[in-house]
Amino acid sequence: MKKNIIYLLVFFIFAFIFFIFLNGLNESKKYIPKQVKKRFVVEFSSKDLLSNKKIFSKDYISNDKFTVINIWSSWCVPCRSEHKYLMSINQLYNVNLIGINYKDKEDNAKKFLKEFGNPFNIIFIDKNGILSIELGAYGVPETLIVNQKNEVIKKFIGPLNKRNLNEIKKIIN
Amino acid sequence: MLLSNLGYYSLVLGLILSIFLIFYSINEIKYKLFNLKISLLSILFLQFFTVLLSFFCLIFLFVYSDFSNQIVYNNSHSSDPLFYKITGTWGNHEGSLLLWLLVLTLFIFLFNLTSKGQPKRYKLLTIIFQQIIISGFFLFLLITSNPFNYLSPIPIEGLGLNPILQDPALAIHPPILYLGYVGSSIIFSSSLAALIEKNINRDWTVHIKKWILYSWIFLTAGIMLGSIWAYYELGWGGFWFWDPVENVSLMPWFCLTALFHTIIVLEKRLILKSWALVLAIATFTLSMNGTFLVRSGILNSVHTFANDPERGIFILIFLFILIFLSIIIFFVFQEDENSINKNIFWLSKETSILVNNWFMMYFLAVVLIGTIYPIFLEVINDHKISIGPPFFHKLIIPFLIPFLIFMAFGPKLKWINDDLKKNKIKNIFILLICLLISFLIIYIKGKSYLILTILFTASFYLFFVTLIDFLNKKYNLGQKIAHFAFSIFVLSILFNSIYSTEFSANMKIGDEIKFNNGIIKFEKIETFKEKNFNSLVGSFSITDKNNNIFSLEPEIRIYDQPKIVTSEADIKTTFFSDKFLVINLIKDDDYFNVRYQIKAFMIWIWISVSLLIVGGILSLRKK
Repeated sequence: MKKNIIYLLVFFIFAFIFFIFLNGLNESKKYIPKQVKKRFVVEFSSKDLLSNKKIFSKDYISNDKFTVINIWSSWCVPCRSEHKYLMSINQLYNVNLIGINYKDKEDNAKKFLKEFGNPFNIIFIDKNGILSIELGAYGVPETLIVNQKNEVIKKFIGPLNKRNLNEIKKIIN
Repeated sequence: MLLSNLGYYSLVLGLILSIFLIFYSINEIKYKLFNLKISLLSILFLQFFTVLLSFFCLIFLFVYSDFSNQIVYNNSHSSDPLFYKITGTWGNHEGSLLLWLLVLTLFIFLFNLTSKGQPKRYKLLTIIFQQIIISGFFLFLLITSNPFNYLSPIPIEGLGLNPILQDPALAIHPPILYLGYVGSSIIFSSSLAALIEKNINRDWTVHIKKWILYSWIFLTAGIMLGSIWAYYELGWGGFWFWDPVENVSLMPWFCLTALFHTIIVLEKRLILKSWALVLAIATFTLSMNGTFLVRSGILNSVHTFANDPERGIFILIFLFILIFLSIIIFFVFQEDENSINKNIFWLSKETSILVNNWFMMYFLAVVLIGTIYPIFLEVINDHKISIGPPFFHKLIIPFLIPFLIFMAFGPKLKWINDDLKKNKIKNIFILLICLLISFLIIYIKGKSYLILTILFTASFYLFFVTLIDFLNKKYNLGQKIAHFAFSIFVLSILFNSIYSTEFSANMKIGDEIKFNNGIIKFEKIETFKEKNFNSLVGSFSITDKNNNIFSLEPEIRIYDQPKIVTSEADIKTTFFSDKFLVINLIKDDDYFNVRYQIKAFMIWIWISVSLLIVGGILSLRKK
C-alpha cells in the first residue's frame, strides 16, 4: 500500500514536470522584448552615487522636461560604447538624464565616470538590481524615455547608437 | 542532389533496421514465433553503416558547398576553410543530431562486440531499449529536422558558418561531449535489461563499469573543451558562467560521478543496487533533458540554437516516454535487497562513498533548481527571474569544505568497518599546517574572509593528503590522481579568484595608460585580409610592476559571411598567470575598448581537469 502511494507520487511529479515544460514551450516567443506602451514609471528611491544621500525619483522626473533614464554599469562593456551618446544627450537643453547604476561596485562606478565623464544629473544606486527590474529592464544597458506625464514612450534595449541618438533627438524636439 | 537523396534514404533504411531489430529481439526473447538465423552483430553494423553513409553524404555536401541542401546553405560558405566546412556539418541542429545518431549506433555495435560473455537475453533486452532510443532519434531527425532538405532555386552562395563556431576547440567539443552523453544511453539500456533479467551481479558491474568510465572521461573532456572555448573566444575572461547550457552538461556529470562511485560499492559488496539503477536512469534522463532544454529554445542563453517549438514538443514527449518506461520497469522489477548485506557501518568505505553521493546529489539539485526553476516560475505565475552565478556560488561553495575533507580520507577507509585511531596525530598535524598556509595566503592578500580560509585549508588538506598517498602503493593510482587533480582544480580556482586583476579603458593608437603598478601602451594597428575575414591586429606593449616588458596582439575579425565581428583575445600563458588582452570596436570612432586581465593560475584549471581525465583513464586499466 505504502509503495503504491510512492509510485503514484513519482508519476504525479513527473507528469507535473511534463506539463510545465509543455506549457513553457508554448511561450517560446517570450524572450523577444515587446515595445512597452502606456507604461508609467513607478516611483522609486535610492541613494545617490556621488553624494550618498537618499533621493526620490519624483524629485527628478520633472513635469516640464523629458526624462531619459539610462541603466548602466561599469562592468558592462556595451555601456562604454554608448557612453559618448549619453554625453551628447546631456547637451540637449530640455532633457533630464538620470542614471541607474546597476549591480555595481561604487568605487568602480566612480572610476568609470571619472574616466569617461559623467553625463548624468543624478545617479541612483541599484545595488541588487531590483530597481531596474521594477522599471521593466531586460539587462544593461537600457535606456527609457519618459515624457512629462510620467509615461515611458520609448525604450532602447542594449547600447545606444547613432541612429538611436537621432531618434531621441527627434522625440524630444 | 544525389548525395542528399542517398543520405536521406540511407537514414530511412536505418530506421527500418531499428524497428526490425526491436521485433526480432522481442521474438527471440519471448515468442520464438519464427526462427531466424541471423547475426545480430552484422545487422547492428549495417545500421551503423547506414548512418555513417548518411553522415558522409552530409560532409561531402558541406565540402563541395552544395547549396541545394538547406543546411549547407544556412551554415556554410564557399570561402570557409576546409576544416570549418567539415566541422560545420555538426555546427547546426540537424547535423549535430545526425552525429548523436551516429554515436548511438556505433556504441550499440561496440557494446555487442565487447559483451560476448554476457547472457543472451540480457543482450537482447539491452538492444531493445537501445533501439527504442535510436528509433526515437531517427524519427526525430526524419520528421522534424531532416538534414537533407533541398532548396529550389539553388542559391549561389551560402550564409556561412557562425564565426564564433569557427574554432578548433569548439569543432571537437560536440563530438566528444556526445560520446559522453551517448555512453550514458548504453548504461541506461543495460541497467534496465539487467534489472529485468535480475542480472545485477559482479560480472555485470565489472562489464558496465567500463562504459561508465568511458562516458565519464568523454563527458569531462567535452565539458572542459567547451569551457576552454568560452574562455578565449567569448572574450569574457572567465571559464564557467553558470549559463543554462553549461549547467545542462554539468548535471549528467554529477550523476555519472556519483554512479561511478556507487558502482565500486556494488562491485565489492553487492549493496546499493537500486540506488545505482536510479543513478543510471537519472544520468541518461538528464542527458536527454539537456538535449531537450538546449534544442527546444525553452531556455535563453549564449548558445542560441534553433528555436522551434515543434521540435521541442517531440523531444519532450520522447523524453517522458523514456522516463515513464524506465520508472514502470523500475517499480515492477525492483526487488528488495537482502538484509544480510545491508548493514553499513558508519565508518567504512561504503559510507564515505555514500557521502560522496549525497554531495553529488546536493550539487546536482542546486544546479537543477537554478536551471529549471525560472522556467517553472514563469509558467506558473508569469514571473520572470534570472538566476546567476551568485546563487550557485552561495549554495555550492560552503559545501565544498566538508566535501574536500571527505575526499581526502574517504578512499583510505577500509571496507565494512574501520576506526579512526590510526594516523590521528599525522592528520591533525597536516590539517594544522594547511590552516597556517591558508591563513598566511589570505593574510598577505589582505582579504579577511573566514570561509575563504577554511576553504583553502580544506583544499590544501586534500592536496597534501593525496600527495602523501602517492608514496603509498596500496591505493588505486587512478583514484589517487583523480582526487589529487580535484584538489589542484579547487586550489587553482581559489587562487584565480583572489589574485586576478582586471583593467579596462578606451584607448586610441599611441595612448599610454598607467594602471595598478604597470603601463599599457597601444602601439599600432594593422589590417590583414584573410580568406573569409578581415582582421585588425592591435599591438600593445605592457610593462608590469617588475619592469618586464612584453607585447600582446589581440585581434578583431570582421567576417564577411555572415557579417559578424568577433574579438580574438591574445593570451600569454605562463604557469603562474595568463595575461589576457582583448579589444573591441567602438562604433564610428578611432577608440578601441581595451580590456586587460591577469588571470592567476588559469592554466592549472585546464591541467587539473586533464589530470582528472588521466585518473579516469588509469582507472580503466585496472581489471
